[in-house]
Amino acid sequence: MTHYLEPSRIPIFQIGDCLLLTIQVDLEDRMIMTLKDDLAERIAKSHAKGVLIDISALDVVDSFIGRMLANISAIARILDASTVIVGMRPAVAITLVELGMSLQGVRTALDVDRGMELIRRDTSEEAGRLHEA
Amino acid sequence: MRPEQGRPTRGGTDRESDGADAAGEVIPIHTGADVSRVRRVATAAMATIGASKIETTRMVTAASELARNTLEHGGGGEMRIAIVGRMSKRKVEMTFIDQGPGIPDIHRALTDGYSTGGGLGLGLSGAKRLCKEFEIKSAPGEGTIVKVASWTERP
Repeated sequence: MTHYLEPSRIPIFQIGDCLLLTIQVDLEDRMIMTLKDDLAERIAKSHAKGVLIDISALDVVDSFIGRMLANISAIARILDASTVIVGMRPAVAITLVELGMSLQGVRTALDVDRGMELIRRDTSEEAGRLHEA
Repeated sequence: MRPEQGRPTRGGTDRESDGADAAGEVIPIHTGADVSRVRRVATAAMATIGASKIETTRMVTAASELARNTLEHGGGGEMRIAIVGRMSKRKVEMTFIDQGPGIPDIHRALTDGYSTGGGLGLGLSGAKRLCKEFEIKSAPGEGTIVKVASWTERP
């Protein structure tokens, strides 16, 4: 019997004002709860404007993980950062829709480059608005 | 409903064994880590029958939803998984068993958005859509048994 004393944490990297994390393991429930908390802390501390979550290694996203991804996006938005989920596998997208989850309010991009581009555009638009005001 | 007294699944038409991999496996479901284990075992079983990527994703997602139901609503239980049938007609069969409070209104529980657990209420109805076969048996005070099966059509 394996004992899970401490759920391992998903590392969060910072590039400029963007936080980047890659989910590379079969996500245990506790792990994504921890991630939610860690990420909120990091956004507040680092004043990050964007969060990029790479899920290309995930072969299953069930309704719980889907809901957590939506929650993370919502929390980040309230903390003034935009979230983009990148790298979703086609089979995962099909399954999510069949499951009845359309991940409303969650922005997605096909890969990290496009995700970064979305966040960059967001940040510069906001800067533009501030400049006009 | 006393699953410990034998297999809860009634023998199907093609239940006869098809070599070593047809042997059933029982996975206890009592923690979140067990839900992960259910996903891994389901993935391996789908690989054994040569299921397609999309069929595997559907089945493993359904397994995840059902295992979480067993854990959260059933107060824990187990999953029995077996590969049944022969050759190209092989399929993966999973049975989730708990002795929790049971479901008073199955029809309602199968409706999208109906939830008693604070979730999205997509667990049962979603799993039903994702699997090729879906069977549920439950009554108040008698626990719940959900049996699902899937396979990949071969030309």
